Amino acid sequence: MTTTTSARPDHRQNRNTETTRLLLVSALLVLILAILPTVLYLTGHTFWLDIFTRLVILAIAAVGLNLILGLGGMVSFGHAAYIGLGAYAVGIPAYHSTYGGMDAIATYNGFFHLALALTVSALFALVTGIISLRTRGVNFIMITMAFAQMMYYAIVSLETYGGDDGLTIDVRSEFPIISLDDPLTLYAVSFISLIIIVFLVHRISNSRFGLTLQGARSNEERMLAIGVNCYKYQLAAFVMSGVICGYAGFLLGNFTTFISPEMMDWTRSGEIMIMVILGGATFLWGPVIGAIVFIILEYVLSEVTVYWHLPFGLLLIFSVLFLRNGLASVLQRSHSQAGKGQ
Amino acid sequence: MTESILQVVNLCKSFGGVHATDQVSLSVRHGEIHALIGPNGAGKTTLISQLSGLLRPDSGKILFDNKDITGYAAYQFSQAGLARSFQITSVFQDLSLLDNVALAVQANDGHAFRFWHNARKDQRLRTPAMQYLQQVQLSDQAEQIASEVSHGERRQLEIAMALATSPKLLLLDEPMAGMGQDESSLIIEILKNLRGDKSILLVEHDMDAVFALADTISVLVYGQIIATGTSAEIKTNTAVQKAYLGEDAA
Repeated sequence: MTTTTSARPDHRQNRNTETTRLLLVSALLVLILAILPTVLYLTGHTFWLDIFTRLVILAIAAVGLNLILGLGGMVSFGHAAYIGLGAYAVGIPAYHSTYGGMDAIATYNGFFHLALALTVSALFALVTGIISLRTRGVNFIMITMAFAQMMYYAIVSLETYGGDDGLTIDVRSEFPIISLDDPLTLYAVSFISLIIIVFLVHRISNSRFGLTLQGARSNEERMLAIGVNCYKYQLAAFVMSGVICGYAGFLLGNFTTFISPEMMDWTRSGEIMIMVILGGATFLWGPVIGAIVFIILEYVLSEVTVYWHLPFGLLLIFSVLFLRNGLASVLQRSHSQAGKGQ
Repeated sequence: MTESILQVVNLCKSFGGVHATDQVSLSVRHGEIHALIGPNGAGKTTLISQLSGLLRPDSGKILFDNKDITGYAAYQFSQAGLARSFQITSVFQDLSLLDNVALAVQANDGHAFRFWHNARKDQRLRTPAMQYLQQVQLSDQAEQIASEVSHGERRQLEIAMALATSPKLLLLDEPMAGMGQDESSLIIEILKNLRGDKSILLVEHDMDAVFALADTISVLVYGQIIATGTSAEIKTNTAVQKAYLGEDAA
């Protein structure tokens, strides 16, 4: 072991600065997301709390997608379906509680809504994952998108729940003690959820499971050669990712109180994917940074011009061309240059 | 004769009209280094692919450790104790050398449905991984990313990864491909140290390496084994000289 120690110190130092930087970024983001919206809300800028709530909920979905996209290299183009499923898991029981019918599921009980959202997304991910994961690359992208569109049209065809026109949720999910009707409570729930989920994903990415996923992303043939059948691990990750997005949908339904098939359209899946790529798929906070920039830009640009898609698209192209690993790589780059200077 | 660890019986594989593997029978004894040589296009890679489960033979049998493993999936070959390295270097480019080997150790340590504990701090993975890196003389570069080290070092890494799955037989597909003299002799040294400890089936173009290492040599030409014997026997075999060495001499 003597030969090993000689080369280790500077690598260990690198790893330490990496850990310090991760902690700094985490602390900064947590502080901003905890304080800024609260202050804005309490000083009367209630609209900004809405923006931040939407942002945090979509960040949860982006973190969920990134579990398979960034860590596992599986590019799913159908993750809006889970958001929709999660939202309808709130909307449909609430609808029946208000208008009758389907007594078995008619309830405002939040725990029931939550359990339904997670179960349905897990099942949908399991069934579509079993099939989709037999393909790779572009085929995987297309088949996940096809399954999501299938779900989209299934919901459109449900006349009872408004079909194309969508469904208004009259009563939000009911929980003991807290009330999601209070915007600040809803924001706090979403924010704390995001922090917990980011932490879970962080643990997972360094676990044996996470390393297996990264190995499969990096070189699947090599994984086979060392005796690992990646399929079951990828399927497990696919289901976990779907469940996280389903949870985001549960929150989004409670936030918007109006849900429609439009929220599971393929363009919505694209938006989550853009958040991940914009922020940086290889970084823990990348998807969160991506969601923040996406939502704020969308808001600011649409204030300036109705043709906001144009400058927005240009910015996206710019970021993909010049920031290969997303916005979060800016932090990384400045660090590695400093490293070379030493 | 010592019992064989690997026995290939009448293996056949054709692509269209081409008999890439034609009635190949071959046996690797416990603890020996068995070299498989043959001119380009002889079907060496096709044979290796069948011996590692990447290709399914049309007919014939693969007996490994007294078990019929014909038709197993690629990952099951490795689980059975048959580890391979690739002719074209195949490692996890974006992970550190230590992570690369640790993944191979982990692959041999039960399922990976463990979501919480930090595998990068797990000494049950890191300590053996470090030992395998030492065995191929890479322990100094353990924390470097695989894409940043030299070609030769990545070849060494591949051997470490194969060793990390605790195989009974190593299947090395041209481990010296694209290497300079110094790098080749390092690999030869590493393989020499494994002699007796591991059975090795070595596919190699580098004749110096083959004659320096192999206990037994089999010669594959147009999908068929035309000769099997010690280096001395192979060197003097006229059929081999004609088919293989003759070309080199010309």
